[in-house]
Amino acid sequence: MEQPLNLVLFSGTDDKLQAAAVLTAGAAALGKPVHIFLQYWALDSFRTDRIGLDHGLAPEAGAAGRVAVDALAAAGQASWAETMRQAKDLGEVDIQACSLSMDLLKLEESDLDPLVDGVEGVTAFYLNADEGRIVFI
Amino acid sequence: MPVVEITRSIDARGLSCPMPIVKTAQGIKDIPSGGALELLATDAGSIKDVAAWCHATGNELVEQTSDGAVYRFVIRRK
Repeated sequence: MEQPLNLVLFSGTDDKLQAAAVLTAGAAALGKPVHIFLQYWALDSFRTDRIGLDHGLAPEAGAAGRVAVDALAAAGQASWAETMRQAKDLGEVDIQACSLSMDLLKLEESDLDPLVDGVEGVTAFYLNADEGRIVFI
Repeated sequence: MPVVEITRSIDARGLSCPMPIVKTAQGIKDIPSGGALELLATDAGSIKDVAAWCHATGNELVEQTSDGAVYRFVIRRK
């Protein structure tokens, strides 16, 4: 259980980020360290001025998917950001912004929600990932 | 069966995965070793999740009951 979970988050839609948050929280609850690498649209969703906004759903959700997601939220399910915060409180969760994506989106570290611990390049991410599996969302 | 004395109770009814386990993991930290944590949950996935979590973390699943709608787990902190 000590093998870290390494997540590369690329997609910025609420459904995929919620899926990532579930994986993160589950790992944290088991004492597994989690390393998250935020790229592209996932990084964009972690901007302080955007993190609380509606990021939509993946195309395959369709109208029925929207209804289902809204129903779960209405029943009190925590947002992906809140789930991530709880996971961080619970265990070792390190969230890094991909420096290439920072350049792409023209972001400064100060533009990002405090959930993000820093900026790193892919090499540092691989080093921290060690021999643990890497999951791409 | 002797009644287990509960040190702390967590009400996770109405919460879906992964919250029951997240709250369990958070709650177990606040009780002493040997203490008993009671978890109430309605999420059907929690049956397997709680057993798996106990197995992986070395905490003991002492009791597991259900009244049909609510699952009740008692976990002893290692």
